Amino acid sequence: MPTFVRTDKCDGCKGQDKTACMYICPHDLMKLDKDGSETGHAMRAFNQEPEQCWECYSCVKICPQQAIEARHYADVVPLGGSVQPLRGSDSIMWTIKFRNGTLKRFKFPIRTTPEGSIDCYGGKPAASMANIAKSGFFNQMNGYRTGNPAELIRK
Amino acid sequence: MACSGAAYEIMRWADAAKAENGVDLKIKLVDKAAMDRSGAVAQGLSAINTYIGDAQDPADYARMVSNDLMGITRDDLAYDVGRHVDESVHLFEEWGLPIWKTDEAGERHDGSVEMPKLKDGGKPVRSGKWQIMINGESYKWIVAEAAKKALGMDRIQERIFIVKLVNDKNDKNRIAGAVGFSVRDHKVVVYKAKAILLAAGGCVNLFRPRSVGEGQGRAWYPVWNAGSTYTMAAEAGAELTMMENRFVPARFKDGYGPVGAWFLLFKAQATNANGEVYMQKNKEMLNDYPPYGQAAVPASCLRNHLMLKEMKEGRGPIYMDTVTALAKLKETLSPREVKHLEAEAWEDFLDMCVGQCGIWVGENIEPEKKNSELMPTEPYLLGSHSGCCGIWTSGPEDVGAPTSEGQAGVPAHLPQGWNWGYRGMTTVKGLFTAGDGVGASGHKFSSGSHAEGRLAAKAMVKYCVDNKDMNVELDTDPAVLVEQIYKPVRNFLEFKDYTTAIDVNPNYITPKMLQFRLQKIMDEYVAGVATYYTTNDKMLAVAEEKLGMLKEDAEKMRAKDLHELLRAWENYHRILTAEAHMKHIQFREESRYPGFYYRMDKNFVDEQNWKCFVNSIYDKTTKTWTCFKRAHVDLVDKSKLFKPAAH
Repeated sequence: MPTFVRTDKCDGCKGQDKTACMYICPHDLMKLDKDGSETGHAMRAFNQEPEQCWECYSCVKICPQQAIEARHYADVVPLGGSVQPLRGSDSIMWTIKFRNGTLKRFKFPIRTTPEGSIDCYGGKPAASMANIAKSGFFNQMNGYRTGNPAELIRK
Repeated sequence: MACSGAAYEIMRWADAAKAENGVDLKIKLVDKAAMDRSGAVAQGLSAINTYIGDAQDPADYARMVSNDLMGITRDDLAYDVGRHVDESVHLFEEWGLPIWKTDEAGERHDGSVEMPKLKDGGKPVRSGKWQIMINGESYKWIVAEAAKKALGMDRIQERIFIVKLVNDKNDKNRIAGAVGFSVRDHKVVVYKAKAILLAAGGCVNLFRPRSVGEGQGRAWYPVWNAGSTYTMAAEAGAELTMMENRFVPARFKDGYGPVGAWFLLFKAQATNANGEVYMQKNKEMLNDYPPYGQAAVPASCLRNHLMLKEMKEGRGPIYMDTVTALAKLKETLSPREVKHLEAEAWEDFLDMCVGQCGIWVGENIEPEKKNSELMPTEPYLLGSHSGCCGIWTSGPEDVGAPTSEGQAGVPAHLPQGWNWGYRGMTTVKGLFTAGDGVGASGHKFSSGSHAEGRLAAKAMVKYCVDNKDMNVELDTDPAVLVEQIYKPVRNFLEFKDYTTAIDVNPNYITPKMLQFRLQKIMDEYVAGVATYYTTNDKMLAVAEEKLGMLKEDAEKMRAKDLHELLRAWENYHRILTAEAHMKHIQFREESRYPGFYYRMDKNFVDEQNWKCFVNSIYDKTTKTWTCFKRAHVDLVDKSKLFKPAAH
């Protein structure tokens, strides 16, 4: 199911060198057609290798113009359905349209902390080289499972 | 996940090495994509499949891993993941990953509801013995944020595709660096390093996928996992293990949506076209494979084995009976809970496999009204999910692992026991791996891969401190390396004007056609879907010859731009990984994983001769593989898993 870019919504990320979809695609599929020589639509992005699309929706979710949608792969899926997200800072809204017109909407949480707020070592100890050859990480949060020593039959 | 885990753990130890030993480490993380959405968790996940909890023992986990993989896994590695993994899950929750919880009345709540944290005794929603449910659309985004904060952006380079490792000039069994290129700028990058963590995922699209048109990219595992981990390690001289192992997931047909929550949380059953539950109907077949078929949960491959019988005998399609499952659940639920249940069923796909929803909407499938087809996919190679191919790595020293080798024939330069000083180090000094890279220890999944990356990072710091005065030197001139990387571009520029149509040219092959050829060979001769996962020694011999020529032709791949150069190198990595898979299947004269592949000339499990690891090394000069056995040893008692055989 490749993604596609709508000509009426994409603004090429306003002429920046790199579009949001190009930045995020894990498979290097999105490309900006600067002069229109590849698609006939200058300053619009496009999916340059649709048959390699994993439909991960990374580009759909990140596009600031909501210009990217997915047309489910034509060699498998009947036409007419759509699955479209709107990803916010703490939740994602999905609008789901069936081929027969049935509509469903769902909203799910995506994170419980503000984006960018992770204080990765805050309140955590420094590591000590005395422990570097021992089991365990630099920090413990009640998650290290020591295990019953009797289970290790060769020890 | 492995690299994000490493990024998080390494800086604390690097700081300690600087403060206590005066060793100032230079650290760099290189990603072929963007960290926020790279790797297997890019799209998100709806569950964390490895969370031990305080009621289970790491030994229980090691037992489960072993049985699911037909008895041949490294207990030391699985046990070590088991005792560490929950630490990573607790971090994820602190960073903001919503984790479902059960309240005192037994009702489940999604992760946005304020409930006690796991680390403080909060009760996760168990979809299975080891799995917990999450709202995981942003799982990778969150974990990557912590990794980026820990490292700092000046230590991170994105959109650089590493394609080769470089050995040390003075010790060919030591790592000295890596080379790659930018997929954005015309730039080749040469890195020199004492220690390298190679964690670039498993291998997808080495077999012809079931969808071959536009849907080709809708693989079950991410299509950008190109076997880079296995190929680069092999070329550097690292010992591989269990490359004959593969995973053939039985998933929702065409979209490859996850089945775990349907089986485990919604209690749905899989049936043949007549509504018969094949796991019941064919259960006697499990007794053909003692003891692995006799565990409370039979090995994944055997579940496929029972399904394939129905398909081959013409009782398909196979269905997930979602209608009955949801109807049963509704009997005891309030309308509010029913609405929640419907959302849960959709979220299961939307968090990690939107494509399956695409199938459902296109085909008007509402799971409470219409059952969905299941299908075993094309084979995948990986070491972190329900597969265990990968690299032979050094394990922990405190769990009773062997310190000598019980099997003759292991090449003399390789280590004897299961640990050689640094957790996660391969048999090449200074080269580490984690996640899909670590062989013989599957079922780590996202959380275990993160934990394993952390373990490797810690060991890498120790290695660098222990070797602080050592200097490594690249064994190949950078100019030569640059030429090797650009070879497909040179091929294109030299010959492009010979023909009018640039894709048809006797002097070069496009990466796409080369991939099709690889997939055709693997599918038709090495037990792909075309033959219902069957092969034999004769078919493997044909495959060997054809793969040999394909490997030669890989030298003639063309790249007309940076994007195609990326594809060219990915496909080169796929070929060598595929060849390793074929050679291992050829060497192991049995069918260890019925349901994943059958060698029809040796269609049995041979515990006496083949309950051992099959390992290999690759010689990049002669381009040949050497396969050999290593002895398998149990470190935990497996008999606890099994009930007595029915016959």
